[in-house]
Amino acid sequence: MGKKLKAAIIGPGNIGTDLLLKLERSKYIDVKFVVGIQESEGIKIARDHGVDTTTNGIEDLMKRDDIDVAFDSTGAKPHLLHAPLLKEKGIFTLDLTPAAVGPYVVPAVNLKEDLLKKENLNMVTCGGQATVPIVAAINEVADVEYAEIISSISSKSAGPGTRKNIDEFTETTKKAIEVVGGADKGKVIIVLNPAEPPIYMRNTIYTKVKNTDIEVIKDSVHRMVDKLQKYVPGYSILLEPIIEDDIVTVMIQVEGLGDYLPKYAGNLDIINSAAVEVAENYARKVLEVE
Amino acid sequence: MRKAIITDTTLRDGSHSVSHQFTLEEMKKVAKALEDAGVDIIEIGHGDGLTGSSINYGFGLYTDFEYVEAVASVLTKSKLAVLLIPGIGTIEHLEKAKELGAKVVRVATHVTEADVSEQHIKAAKKMGMFTVGFLMMAHMVDKEIVLQEAKKMESYGADVVYVTDSSGAMLPDEVYEKVKYLKDNLSVPIGHHSHNNIGLAVANSLSAYKAGADYLDGSLIGFGAGAGNCPTEMMVAALERSEIETNTDLYKIIDAGDDVLQPIIKSKGKELPRFNSDSLMIGYSGVYSSFMLHAKRASERFGVDTRDILVELGRRKVVGGQEDWIIEVAHELSKKKG
Repeated sequence: MGKKLKAAIIGPGNIGTDLLLKLERSKYIDVKFVVGIQESEGIKIARDHGVDTTTNGIEDLMKRDDIDVAFDSTGAKPHLLHAPLLKEKGIFTLDLTPAAVGPYVVPAVNLKEDLLKKENLNMVTCGGQATVPIVAAINEVADVEYAEIISSISSKSAGPGTRKNIDEFTETTKKAIEVVGGADKGKVIIVLNPAEPPIYMRNTIYTKVKNTDIEVIKDSVHRMVDKLQKYVPGYSILLEPIIEDDIVTVMIQVEGLGDYLPKYAGNLDIINSAAVEVAENYARKVLEVE
Repeated sequence: MRKAIITDTTLRDGSHSVSHQFTLEEMKKVAKALEDAGVDIIEIGHGDGLTGSSINYGFGLYTDFEYVEAVASVLTKSKLAVLLIPGIGTIEHLEKAKELGAKVVRVATHVTEADVSEQHIKAAKKMGMFTVGFLMMAHMVDKEIVLQEAKKMESYGADVVYVTDSSGAMLPDEVYEKVKYLKDNLSVPIGHHSHNNIGLAVANSLSAYKAGADYLDGSLIGFGAGAGNCPTEMMVAALERSEIETNTDLYKIIDAGDDVLQPIIKSKGKELPRFNSDSLMIGYSGVYSSFMLHAKRASERFGVDTRDILVELGRRKVVGGQEDWIIEVAHELSKKKG
């Protein structure tokens, strides 16, 4: 087995625990430490998987010198405290909260060498990872004036962190639609749906475009979906781009890999798959492997 | 006997029925007439609440902030309310509405999702607003779940918690049962918001009062989503007949509907809400009332029956806010038709 970077996961909730399971498959990343603030299901799972854990929070991570990469899946407020500490330690940090201390990264759109030189990258939100690529694909060929996304996720897949941060979710996603997606103006709506069996994560992307050639738009969207499917295999188009006047409607669905939460939790899957994609790119760069 | 406190939502729920195209002058006129009639709380703005203006729900003629500022300038007695649906509007939007004159906020979530309102209810209380927790689609779950979620809202600091029948699907006994259960187990007052999709809005409002609700919603001539809300004037009449006092004057509220709202609706070429096959299917299938006009548009766009769309949405247990699903359902039905 080749050399791997050593990673820590901060915040073993739904997202953190799913990340742990995903990273066990990684050729380049080895999770060495899971950081919680209390005994929890996630801490227990980490322990069962032979990973060091702590319930003392970030402090214990600061005492270690072996960690190269940190994934923070706590919440916006805690991450604001964690970010400077991690930076001081020189740990490459992927922020999975809406804190957005560092620049946004959406792998299919803007993962470039330059970005990997930053010490802190923000993974936007699950809704952002799912919709920003579509906005970017349409913007590239049709010039998007306004993009509006409606993100529907199953109630069961929205943990307490997501629920308490719903304003941050809409604001962060909106900014990413504009900054990374390229829309002049963005709007974001999130809806939790409690239906049983739980719905798959589903997003509607409306864009108001200047160039209304729908065939060109379709091609661009398909190319983007191909790129996304390389790291999110369950990503698919539910409604092909259709146009009315200058409004394009596209719907996509994300089926998860079913690592920690079942397959309906595509929201969890897409942000984590994106984070793993970024971390592995970083690892390949640092380890100088192809 | 205790008074019933009336919230009129002609200028918020009724916004659905004019596709959110009220002018500022129209809002001011109706609000003034409502205040003169003695209505306690007047809710205004986009039908989907603060910043609901969107492709998904329809763009408003004005922003909610413009509406709030305009209406606040004519009110002196009645309290001005806005609706905030977490996931659509944010605390920042609420702060702005408050600055411009909103005194009351109704923080609305789907009946099973009260915990997304924690941030917003706490923030609203901190701002000193009268804060209502609004549990939508209360027909979808049993009374234990309604109570569990209502308790969350109470714990965040809500001054009132509502059992909201967004689909106009509830029956009088069911309203009684759910309101009574909340009344017996909460210390804050209870409210009820109804829609008339199966013709039970007035009966349900009376039933809610009898079960212990203090806060009741209506709109002039029932102007609101689906087949409309509980008509405020009819509710006031029915309450008077039951010897239940309100601060609202019956003749004046009738005049507000006839002399102020009716001409506005006519001038906009809109219809008064009334029961039709679509609104009936909404009530029958338990679908969010404001889906009606969106489903009608989708039926024209994709050449399918509105009723089929609504029934399928009901089957999928779609909740308030998921108007985008209407397009997908209609598109799929049209593909099946070939």
